[in-house]
Amino acid sequence: MTIATSLEDACCALASHPDALVLAGGTDLMVAVNRGDLPVHHVVAIGRVPELRGWRREGDHVRLGAALTYTDLLQPDLAVLQPALAQAARSVGSPQIRNTGTLGGNVATGSPAGDTIPVLAALDAVLELRSASGTREMRLDEFVTGVKRTALEGGELIEAIRVPVLDGPQEFCKVGTRNAMVISVVSLALVVDRSGRTVRVGLGSVAASPLRATEAEAYIGGHLDWDGGRPPSAEVVDRFTELVVGATSPIDDHRGSARYRRHAVGVLAGRALARAVGAA
Amino acid sequence: MSGTRTTDRTGVAPRTGGPGIGESVPRPDGVPKVTGSFAFSSDLWHDRMLWGGTLRSPHPSARIVSVDIGAAVTITGVHAVLLHDDVPGSKAYGLEHSDQQVLAGEVVRHEGEPVAIVAADHPETVRRALDAIVVEYEVVDPLTDPAAAETAPPIHPDGNLIRRIHLRHGDQQVVGEVQVEGTYEVGMQDQAFLGPESGMAIPVEGGGVDLYIATQWLHADRDQVAACLGLRPERVRLTLAGVGGAFGAREDLSMHVHLCMLAMHTGRPVKMVYSREESFHGHVHRHPARMWYRHHADRDGTLVRVEASLLLDGGAYASSSSAVIANATCFAAGPYRVPSADIEGVVVRTNNPPCGAMRGFGAVQTCFAHEAQMDLLAGALGMDPVELRLRNVLATGDRLVTGQAITGTAPGAEVIRTCVDHPSAASIAEDPMALPGGAGRTADPAHVVRGEALAVGFKNLMFSEGFDDYSSAACRLADGVATITCACAEVGQGFVTLVQQIAHEVLGVQEVVLEPASTETIGSAGSTSASRQTWMSGGAVQKACEEVRVRLLARVADEHGVELDGLVLVDGLVASLTGDLRVDLVSATSDPIHAEVEFRHAPTFPLDEDGQGDAHVSFAFSAHRAIVDVDVGLGLVKVVELTTSQDVGRVLNPVQVVGQLEGGAAQGVGLAVMEEVQLSDGRIRNASFTDYLVPTALDMPPVEIAALIEQPEPGAPFGAKGVGEPPSITSTAAVAAAIRAATGLALPRVPVRPSDIVFGGGAA
Repeated sequence: MTIATSLEDACCALASHPDALVLAGGTDLMVAVNRGDLPVHHVVAIGRVPELRGWRREGDHVRLGAALTYTDLLQPDLAVLQPALAQAARSVGSPQIRNTGTLGGNVATGSPAGDTIPVLAALDAVLELRSASGTREMRLDEFVTGVKRTALEGGELIEAIRVPVLDGPQEFCKVGTRNAMVISVVSLALVVDRSGRTVRVGLGSVAASPLRATEAEAYIGGHLDWDGGRPPSAEVVDRFTELVVGATSPIDDHRGSARYRRHAVGVLAGRALARAVGAA
Repeated sequence: MSGTRTTDRTGVAPRTGGPGIGESVPRPDGVPKVTGSFAFSSDLWHDRMLWGGTLRSPHPSARIVSVDIGAAVTITGVHAVLLHDDVPGSKAYGLEHSDQQVLAGEVVRHEGEPVAIVAADHPETVRRALDAIVVEYEVVDPLTDPAAAETAPPIHPDGNLIRRIHLRHGDQQVVGEVQVEGTYEVGMQDQAFLGPESGMAIPVEGGGVDLYIATQWLHADRDQVAACLGLRPERVRLTLAGVGGAFGAREDLSMHVHLCMLAMHTGRPVKMVYSREESFHGHVHRHPARMWYRHHADRDGTLVRVEASLLLDGGAYASSSSAVIANATCFAAGPYRVPSADIEGVVVRTNNPPCGAMRGFGAVQTCFAHEAQMDLLAGALGMDPVELRLRNVLATGDRLVTGQAITGTAPGAEVIRTCVDHPSAASIAEDPMALPGGAGRTADPAHVVRGEALAVGFKNLMFSEGFDDYSSAACRLADGVATITCACAEVGQGFVTLVQQIAHEVLGVQEVVLEPASTETIGSAGSTSASRQTWMSGGAVQKACEEVRVRLLARVADEHGVELDGLVLVDGLVASLTGDLRVDLVSATSDPIHAEVEFRHAPTFPLDEDGQGDAHVSFAFSAHRAIVDVDVGLGLVKVVELTTSQDVGRVLNPVQVVGQLEGGAAQGVGLAVMEEVQLSDGRIRNASFTDYLVPTALDMPPVEIAALIEQPEPGAPFGAKGVGEPPSITSTAAVAAAIRAATGLALPRVPVRPSDIVFGGGAA
């Protein structure tokens, strides 16, 4: 096991142990290890790497260190720039989990139910992947290739995640069968970009990998009264939610049925839109 | 009834701060448990110990063709790999029927059934050894539908019917002017205790074994373990290890025999700790139930007759199914006067996980059904549901559907009245976190509808049907210190506190020592279940202390040549009423006084072929009023408030009573809206706390205690009834009824799932 104290440390250790598990908060990783799902040959712990723990504004973007915890995402000065991310972070686990689990870990786990995933998808987040041989960038939808499968290569870790600072309301909602500390049955992030005149919708737990409701986005973007600010008509909202539902391909599992997921994602889409732009 | 006192929540504060009965004496294990220094069974340690592990069947039903342990035993660090043939004594055990295999022989009957056990030098070595055991199975189609069990080929030599009770009471020809009919279903609930099964066995030189284990009944465990080991009971010595919750899940053996086999085989101490996933396979669950009912009433709302047909899925082994179905049947009609009844209760064997004891024990399932029926009936009559209940509720002197007359206290009407009269503190939530969906931010106030409903229930206390139910306790008073010995398993209920209170109350002593619970030092205390230990072991401790008190006074009278009648024991002194003799307790007991007793409750009798008989000792009543908010669009629920009244006989320790009422209600809320062991073809789909959901602080509302009805129960120590089970019986029914009131849906099944609300489903 290597306990890295700098990014260079971590990359060196990963270079010599390309099959190492990268341990940040461990809230997903240790569950898999304890279940015997992940063979453990070597572990590189990155929780004490200062370069991974910070965030900064870079022009019209925010660069988020991969080891920021969910609690970090709730800091008011960051939350005001990335409200949906903060809302998603608040929906995660208990305070103990939020103090430990990290944004980069949520992405690297690659679960369709990852709570920050729909937000990052809606924001067109870009990942900075780092290894001893250098840095490469990747979009989130390229990175997560399937259920708990990612494009992360041996010897590589997520260094940072870049998201734009948008002008407009943002909403994240998540359905679970408990009022807290629950894996999502369905989740949805809706962000409005007033300057770009777009509405972007990311969906969780309704497909194998991060999903955008692109048709619904195009439709609602074209039907919003961007200048007058009048809320959309009931017909427009119905068509929008229909298109959101149409974008999904949910499954039946022990957390919910496909039928329920389709229904719920439509409800969330309508409610999130109403919160963001008002309802007629 | 005279002598009734009701205690509102303000009465929960310590009355004088003293150590006696009626005071909120703090638990001796409270601070250690909260701060993490309490030693649970999973903390057991021995320098020479090995680790044990269990290989379990991945199949709900299969024949074992072969087991190859060759590769496993050659792994360095592996000390033992044991199979069915290595079980030295009886190959099977069980609480009521010895039908459950210690280790599977020719067949496995449920997913997770133990097939092999391993002892090795490290948990990782154990894991590798378990992986290296090769079991060849011939998979058999599992029997998973309890409705098909009786006609299916037997999956066990004992057959697929575990017990049928056909209760017939009163005139069988009578019919009511108004009839309502319904079919209800309850899912499989897990006890979800926090401390998974764990323990340690230490071999004793010259044969025999010491077992340290978290359990609910040491002596019953000992007898079963000894039979399986082929040892005389006295060669097997059990000591209670720190218990992290029980709720019925520790009534059956789990790892007990395995640990002892491994320890005796290796000559080394062996420790085992189940993982959370393994724990879901390692203990019994609450019986899933399908229940058909038809209620008959007069136009004025007087109940005339109840017909019911109850089917419980016992899973692969009998466990305590026979007693559970007896409770379900006896209490199927609820706490109401029902002059005519035809109730058939059946519990069957399937290849689903075994079911057995859980808090409420058969009465939880039927309460959900009979209370739904009472609401349906009130609707059909156009009558207020509270009035309907008050019109029919049982009181002292009334007969149950078993024909038994209630001779003890039965304040059914009082629990109803105090509960519904209690003002509600529930307001409309401002904080979005407090709306249905909670931290998921799914609802706005406009999406939410509110519902309110009442449920009433009752249950027997202690063991029934003629069981010789007793507890043993000893008191030794020496140098003014009382030492109590009792094998009562402290599983969190607070017996350790009550012992001090009782000894202080009877003997006036300030210092009370409770010896570790063990099979070595005293006879059986019976099971910590059935809401029985306050009455039974509390009664035994009281009786032992009273005997010591009598002997003490006799000794002082004798030594000082005074009349026994003129002596009192007060404030640590033996004094004469005239005031001229004062002997302090310390010097009076420099020569110790010892008394050991057995305490029994009044005898009970078996049910006859019509399910009639004086089968039960005593009954406790409770009522819950639930207020819920429902997001109908998403089918999500927030339980806003629970108000309860309970028949407690007498409050011995207010804070402990409140703890039981809150904890039991939490389990009831869980069953109402989220807790279910989900099965698919006999396999558990959610064997983890990630997916077996129990209520969090955002799901569990404040519990308003409207009244603790104190009508002292004849025969009970200090008049106190057990309080542990009723809270989990009526809370589920009340929450489900409140969701019905909010949505107008029938909702005949718990847990109520979001899709049941959205699509109006959940039909049984």
